[in-house]
Amino acid sequence: MTSLFTPFLFQSAVQAITPILLASLAGCLCGRVGVFNLALEGQMLVGAFSGVVGSYFTHSALGGVAAAMAGAVAFSLVLAYGATAFRGDPVVVGIGMNLLASGLTAYLLRVVFGVSGTFSDPGVVGLGRIAIPALQGVPVLGWGFGRQSALAWAAWALTAVVSVVMFKTSAGLRLRGIGDDPDAAGTLGVDVARYRVIAVLVAGALTGLAGAQLSLGAVSVFAEDMSAGRGWIAVVAVMLGRNNPLYAAAACVLFGFADALSINLQSQGLPNQLTDVSPYLATLAALVIGHRRRTRTSRRNVSAATPGDTATTRPRAL
Amino acid sequence: MNGRARWATFAPHLRPPPVALAILFSALAGGALVLVSGYNPLLAFAEIVKGSLSFDSLPDTLNWATPLVGMTLVAAVSLRGGMVNLGGDGQLVIGGLIAALLPLVMPGPGGLVSVSALSTAALGAGLYATLAAWGETRHGIPMLISSLLLSYPAVGVTSYLARFPFRDVTTGLPQTAMIPAAARLYVLSGALNVGSLLIAAIAVTVIFVDRRTVAGYELRMRGNNLRFAGYGGVNLERQAIGTMFISGAIAGLVGAIVVLGSQFRFIDGALLTPAYTWSGLMAALLASGEPAGAILAGLFFAALQTGGFAMQRETSVPRVLTLVLQAIVILFLAIRQGVGTRGR
Repeated sequence: MTSLFTPFLFQSAVQAITPILLASLAGCLCGRVGVFNLALEGQMLVGAFSGVVGSYFTHSALGGVAAAMAGAVAFSLVLAYGATAFRGDPVVVGIGMNLLASGLTAYLLRVVFGVSGTFSDPGVVGLGRIAIPALQGVPVLGWGFGRQSALAWAAWALTAVVSVVMFKTSAGLRLRGIGDDPDAAGTLGVDVARYRVIAVLVAGALTGLAGAQLSLGAVSVFAEDMSAGRGWIAVVAVMLGRNNPLYAAAACVLFGFADALSINLQSQGLPNQLTDVSPYLATLAALVIGHRRRTRTSRRNVSAATPGDTATTRPRAL
Repeated sequence: MNGRARWATFAPHLRPPPVALAILFSALAGGALVLVSGYNPLLAFAEIVKGSLSFDSLPDTLNWATPLVGMTLVAAVSLRGGMVNLGGDGQLVIGGLIAALLPLVMPGPGGLVSVSALSTAALGAGLYATLAAWGETRHGIPMLISSLLLSYPAVGVTSYLARFPFRDVTTGLPQTAMIPAAARLYVLSGALNVGSLLIAAIAVTVIFVDRRTVAGYELRMRGNNLRFAGYGGVNLERQAIGTMFISGAIAGLVGAIVVLGSQFRFIDGALLTPAYTWSGLMAALLASGEPAGAILAGLFFAALQTGGFAMQRETSVPRVLTLVLQAIVILFLAIRQGVGTRGR
């Protein structure tokens, strides 16, 4: 068992955490203003694709990241206005956006680059890893961050920024107020609709970064549906963390290690069809345990709760 | 009655039907996308219509519609009760694998083998789907999340089984051995087999249960108002588990029909590539889970996708465009419903 905890495990865990963490920060922001964001998967995919397009045509990784953010923000307009001003059901809007992202990126892949499946080209400039020799000898932290892309660092810095903004600034107070009770916040003079739109668009930029890490971070390639469920894992992290970026980050660390462990088991000869399953099983286990703990701490309310009444995830009729 | 009040009385009747408007908008937006990509949208849409509804292509459309309408029912059954089953992919492959393996080991007359393969596939996938319901009722995991997360392990494990222990080593592909000819589904004509009739029968049953039985009424009541259904004496936990069992069982049956009727073996990935689950979910959402409307929407999407093949062949517009069109229809409907009700 000790042979599993190698420097490589930590490095691949940090790498696996980065996109999920960025996406779950986005999910927390949306959740705080009362917009349940199920579209993280699709937003990341759009980000990943625009990142490759940007990098290919500007010949720079920075151009790729900028394009990834711009693409994801533009795509997020659907959620920003659809779920606020137009009062669409966020569950249905989210599912529709994920499918639109899957179809649109596959379509554009064929039209722009003339290929299907995957696109890789020497013209796509990846982010590259920042090697910090001084750090590499340090156990755990150094193993994890000694050779990572700038986005891996950015993800953790942004976790701090989002937490501070959310809990220590007046804008953050208004955000949380809108999530707790939009009517009350509106009565106190907060422009609820505007805050929601801005929060969803900022979240879109974060998912763009998550997508850029996927397509430009470790490898420089775009593959159809390459977000591969990571957006859904981020949704779960947001749920587990109850829209608190720090708790969500803790959940992401768990999923990142489960993912890294599966890569590790693969290198020891287990077929990847089986090892790929581990992040999802870890997610399910975390949900079950998280629920146990919550019901134990609030046992008084249990009898009043209707089983299965998870109001946010029940779609309204169209 | 002043003018404004009178307008308010008549306005709802003057509003164009939302679904038609959504399809029109989707055609316009999709057409613009095709135009920007340098193709002729009118030509592309003409090929879709010709390639799906002409006399020659109608059997292809019906053949494609069989699994798609099946997966539409999977989504519609759960959606009717306000539950979202996103785990269709996992339930589909479980049914498909069971149906591919059972005929290899079971002796007896072909008809008996295929009937047992179909029913075991339905049972297996149905039980797997109840895990998701159990996750919601006992462990507080929303059905949406639990069903989706359970889908990945099912896909991974069936993929492993088809690639390693049960692989047909005589071929170089990740697939199981061919099932005996006697166990395959009876062919009606051309590509159509008895599986299409089975799905049609299930469709009729679902509509009947929805409209004419107590269980159907209770499920609709749950979909409209969960708490009200609970106060009305519906056992919500049992209902959730039962509904998900039916939903998953239909998915398993669809997987079995594809395997026993057209592929004759479990080919890794072959059940998932056409994305029947997601098209079915969109069709069900289009009709808010109302079965008859959902089936119509499923047929519509099947025609769209079958036409997509012809479009790609004739005009080289990528056929994945049809997925974009479907998604736009759903998004338009979801967003538009708020427009008319704003300010009420």
